Amino acid sequence: MLAAQIIINALVLGCLYACIAIGFSLVWGVLNVINLIHGSIIVLGAYLAWGAYQSMAISPWYVLPVAVPVFFVFGYLLQRLLLNRVLHAPVLVTLTLTFGLDLILNNAMIYFFKADYRKLTLKPPMGSVSLFHVVVPVDRLIATVLALALTGLLYLLLRHSRIGRAIVAVRLDRDAAILMGVDVRSIYAIAFGIGAALAGCAGVLMALIFPISALTSSSYLDKAFVVCVLGGLGSVSGALAGGLLLALVEGIGSAAIGPAYATTLSFALLIVFLLFRPQGLLGRKGFE
Amino acid sequence: MKRANLALLIVLACLAALPLVGGAYALRLGTMACMYAILALSWNVVGGLAGYPSFATAAFFGFGAYATGVLLNAGLPLTVSILAALIGSFVLAGLLGAVLLRLRGHYFAIASLSLVGVLRELVNNATDLTGGGMGLNIPLASGSSIMADALFFFYGMWGLLLATALMVIAVSASKLGFGLVCIRQNETAANMIGLNATLYKSIAFGLSACFVAAAGGLYAAWVHYIDPSDVFDILYSVKPIVMTLMGGLGSPLGAACGAFLYLVLEEVVWRNYIQIHSGVLGVLIVALLLLLPHGLVSLRFRNFWRKAKHV
Repeated sequence: MLAAQIIINALVLGCLYACIAIGFSLVWGVLNVINLIHGSIIVLGAYLAWGAYQSMAISPWYVLPVAVPVFFVFGYLLQRLLLNRVLHAPVLVTLTLTFGLDLILNNAMIYFFKADYRKLTLKPPMGSVSLFHVVVPVDRLIATVLALALTGLLYLLLRHSRIGRAIVAVRLDRDAAILMGVDVRSIYAIAFGIGAALAGCAGVLMALIFPISALTSSSYLDKAFVVCVLGGLGSVSGALAGGLLLALVEGIGSAAIGPAYATTLSFALLIVFLLFRPQGLLGRKGFE
Repeated sequence: MKRANLALLIVLACLAALPLVGGAYALRLGTMACMYAILALSWNVVGGLAGYPSFATAAFFGFGAYATGVLLNAGLPLTVSILAALIGSFVLAGLLGAVLLRLRGHYFAIASLSLVGVLRELVNNATDLTGGGMGLNIPLASGSSIMADALFFFYGMWGLLLATALMVIAVSASKLGFGLVCIRQNETAANMIGLNATLYKSIAFGLSACFVAAAGGLYAAWVHYIDPSDVFDILYSVKPIVMTLMGGLGSPLGAACGAFLYLVLEEVVWRNYIQIHSGVLGVLIVALLLLLPHGLVSLRFRNFWRKAKHV
């Protein structure tokens, strides 16, 4: 029964990991920028959910519709005003710039919210469901379902909307997209905005489950890295596959050799994948 | 010898005279300045010359600190411990480099970044050897006075900086340095004309790691207490990059001056705005990249004169 519980836990966590990573993966794939501010945006989303619940008793799932436009505008402006200027600079410059932005946002959060760990506790607690002795807390289940819904929504957006097709076109071949009349600059900003919106929503969902502190942003970022590399860049299904794989490896690894080594294991897996299968589980070779 | 390299050595010679004019605080700053300059100069070998965006500096800094700390606790003298850390990290980085440097661009950046995470977690978990999250106490090097200690560590760090500077100058004047520049400009073409790119990159990665590890070792002996979140701090990876960008990519003089300038800025911010110091660092990075992307070296007096001529 323990094995079944471990696997169910990993599947639940895997969907959340995927939700953390899809925005990051989209930005990396389309803009070719490793967005180090992603982790801090997730934490900001978590603070938004926490603040709404503390002050107005609004449940996190009602915060999502507000979080989407707010974080979209935030990301859109960030890209238009700052990132756009260095987009064609070497990797080092874009990485260092987003690191600097991350320092600013993270420090601002520590300054305003302090470094204490907060917890959003739903009142009354929602309890848990159990089936064949496998127990899953209801709030965690809701977060998982919402995470999957967000992932599916992005998939539909990229597949079936005009903007989504333009984003995919820019990702596949920027120059050809320009020749087809796609406004690449605005697509970049929109893609970054969507990435930020997804990060904010992921943060809102994380607030249901994990303690909230600006200090946790780097661990979210680490997860996003690993998921992207495991699953393959820039595709929604890749992020889902990567998230599930990472959660399974962590879950089974910490049950087998102890939780202290789970992070080491995930980093080791990351390096192995980078070396032997840099396109990820579902990525196409030579795509980058 | 190029004029810029000569200027670098002159700057270092001036720095050595610091104890004549300053007290214990100036010595502490001077030691930090030397340490930062070692990190920046070392990073410049792999990041500036070969053009590989390495974020592994913190990994080797922490490795050196822990190697030295563990050996000192085992009763070895300081010089032997630091020398062991230096050689050990050269070999480690050379071997890792042969594997990791096959990756390019973002993938290399992420792999080198996660190297820091791997080493930190290993040190965190090897509690018997390293004390894990509780940190490692390091025995005092000498029983002498505070001032003599400060002087000792200042000249120790300065000596390491001099060695690093000589290494960097030797590399840039040698076939190795030329090969690294070729790799930066076009690695495929460099490979085609028979340059053993893997070997060159591995040596460069090893050289950029070994003095960083020695500086980490001396730092550990200097502060007497290290813990994983301190010496494997990702900021040790990012700061050298910011310093080098500040001074100018690829120029040893620029990297060293960038390190000194960075230290001054950091100290001013740290003293006056402790609550928001990392935010100010962020603003500095963003402003630097957007307004002065080629560093201070790109500001040449000659250019001012040229403009004047046009007028």
